[in-house]
Amino acid sequence: MTMHTLSVLVENKPGVLARVSGLFSRRGFNIDSLAVGETENPDVSRITIVVNADSSPLEQVTKQLNKLVNVLKIVELDPSTSVARELLLVKVRADRNARGQVLETVSLFRARVVDVAADTLTIEATGTPDKLDALLRDLESFGIKEMVQSGQVAIGRGPRAITAGPALRAA
Amino acid sequence: MTRPTPETLAHSVRRARSSAETTGDNDHTRAAAAAAPAVRPAQVSGAGSLVRSLEALGVDVVFGIPGGAILPAYDPLYDSTVRHILVRHEQGAGHAATGYAQATGRVGVCIATSGPGATNLVTPIADAYMDSVPLVAITGQVARPAIGTDAFQEADIQGITLPITKHNFLVQDASEIPRILAEAFHLASTGRPGPVLVDIPKDVLQAETTFAWPPTLDLPGYRPTMHPHGKQIREAARLMTTARRPVLYVGGGVLKAGATEGLRRLAELTGIPVVTTLMALGAFPDSHRQHLGMPGMHGTVAAVYGLQKADLIVALGARFDDRVTGKLDSFAPDATVVHADIDPAEIGKNRHADVPIVGDARYVIDELLAAVTAERAAGRVAELGDWWTQLDDLRARYPLGYEEPSDGTLSPQYVIKRLGEIAGPDAIYVAGVGQHQMWASQFISYEKPQTWLNSGGLGTMGYAVPAAMGAKVGRPDTVVWGIDGDGCFQMTNQELATCALEGIPVKIAVINNGNLGMVRQWQTLFYGERYSNTDLGTHKHRIPDFVKLAEALGCVGLRCETAEDVDKTIEAAMSINDAPVVIDFVVGKDAMVWPMVAAGTSNDEIMFARGVRPTFDEDDI
Repeated sequence: MTMHTLSVLVENKPGVLARVSGLFSRRGFNIDSLAVGETENPDVSRITIVVNADSSPLEQVTKQLNKLVNVLKIVELDPSTSVARELLLVKVRADRNARGQVLETVSLFRARVVDVAADTLTIEATGTPDKLDALLRDLESFGIKEMVQSGQVAIGRGPRAITAGPALRAA
Repeated sequence: MTRPTPETLAHSVRRARSSAETTGDNDHTRAAAAAAPAVRPAQVSGAGSLVRSLEALGVDVVFGIPGGAILPAYDPLYDSTVRHILVRHEQGAGHAATGYAQATGRVGVCIATSGPGATNLVTPIADAYMDSVPLVAITGQVARPAIGTDAFQEADIQGITLPITKHNFLVQDASEIPRILAEAFHLASTGRPGPVLVDIPKDVLQAETTFAWPPTLDLPGYRPTMHPHGKQIREAARLMTTARRPVLYVGGGVLKAGATEGLRRLAELTGIPVVTTLMALGAFPDSHRQHLGMPGMHGTVAAVYGLQKADLIVALGARFDDRVTGKLDSFAPDATVVHADIDPAEIGKNRHADVPIVGDARYVIDELLAAVTAERAAGRVAELGDWWTQLDDLRARYPLGYEEPSDGTLSPQYVIKRLGEIAGPDAIYVAGVGQHQMWASQFISYEKPQTWLNSGGLGTMGYAVPAAMGAKVGRPDTVVWGIDGDGCFQMTNQELATCALEGIPVKIAVINNGNLGMVRQWQTLFYGERYSNTDLGTHKHRIPDFVKLAEALGCVGLRCETAEDVDKTIEAAMSINDAPVVIDFVVGKDAMVWPMVAAGTSNDEIMFARGVRPTFDEDDI
């Protein structure tokens, strides 16, 4: 099985996310990550789904997704021709002695400090899942108090836009 | 893209009308003909808007039960041209709407209130989903401010029916009602048909709004593919004229597309043998020489082996259901598969398609006819003589049949066979689920489309009585026979009261073997004859007495216990046209459905009768 990233353009209406996510569980698929947000067109939302599946069952679930009346378009993004990012917020133990080392790690990974308290630093980082995993491994030695990660969002490289499909002009 | 418009909607209504015309039942074009005159904006309540939308959509009848949340809708319905049939249980409303849709090709409509009213529709909605029936279910919902508060009679019916509807709506504003109703009918009846639920909160029904018609549909993500790809059609035609052992595997989609005439021409042009699934009986005449019968678990030996040994399967509007394929990885191992369906998700779902064709069966078949004609003009004609010799040999050696019970009891197969012979090919037959359903599929000869209704995919016991009621409402001039088991009949017979009061003279043959017969058959074959909880006591104790029950429900009740009485009892029922009739056919409990491919086994393991495996000369096949 391999990881696949699907970009699903849907009508921005109540309950659409439940239809999409429900379909995955009903057909026996586990969603690895999911992110939803508005697009340049306020009537359209974009759901980015990362799913671990063989290609033939993935084709079936894509066809089933396409049958949902609120789904406008589905594109599978190839990792080699797309950019994929996650957002990480992590609260790390950092007393006076450790703070310097933590800041060094932060700058090494081109992350940012977004909040400072007496004994902790809160760090924001974006990147590929691999990069964020590497950052977390480094920070673990200081002590991670709390962390939260977004689902992955992804977009194709080059001048073409998947939102430019005919379905969306009508939406 | 072409966004659905009132024009395409009107087209779908026209299509529904023309399919009703193919039944030869012109009375029923009336409702559709009234569809969609433009209406100037008028001030009405949400409920008024709902009822006027139904009128504008050409709805002539709805089946339902009022209740608190849907009550506002029943007030304008009181004065409407739409006939409301007051059923006794919402499940009856749902199956009646399904029977109506299956018998006429038009959208069936059912109405229920919120909470328990809506949840009682869940079974018929799931049933319609599995069998791709155009159904619109309208439910009341608690008022918007109460949603999510566990209010009295609140149920999240939109959430509950998410996996069993083609689409569903929760109306948020009364101004949306005409558009959403039009969208619901459009979705239910176009593409692959299916059930659509419209949930309307009580305060939305009570709100003041403006009704105008026609609305503009807003379904940017809904674009069913009607016309097949020319290259795939040519490839299919090439295979059909070069295969040595081809079979046309015909499913319910051919009936839904109104493509039966084209199918007959395609079959006769190519000479290819035809099998029709449980959902497709009547799509190709049973009496036709090229018809091998029904494939699958209780199919004919010739149909099962025809598919199993085929080198080419052309699937038209069929979905390679497990009841047809048996153990999937041993199904038709040598066959190249051409799979045509309007739903792209069906293609390759169970069996890999070598030639996938997405399109409406009517266009697919028309284009295949043209492409095969071109192949033949170029001198490519399949040589099927050897194939037919093998199949004819199988048909001769393993015809459908049954043995008379050794204990002298009445044979259920005989009853059903005589019923089909006496009522004839113009009657509509509506079965429940179980042994009687399989015998009705085997021993009645279906010659015309829309004469066989049953619950195929979901296997809903209790389907027959309400679905027969709906079919009779849709085609009042046609004789409608429900063929039910004593188990099924006890699930939904309350709708006979509806039939008696509303003037819906259906005829119900209860094939009463005193048991849950199909389950008992499996207990006989696979559970060492340990009959756990299958004896209903309908023989031993005569509880209920079906004749008395029928009379209590306002029907004529008849009973038949011997072969000599079968014909005259059926004829007596045929002579009664002013009341529903129930015949209690008391039949033996040991009769079994044969042939049989046991669940989970290969079609190669088909049993012709208990302990009898067909013999095949493997060199021939």
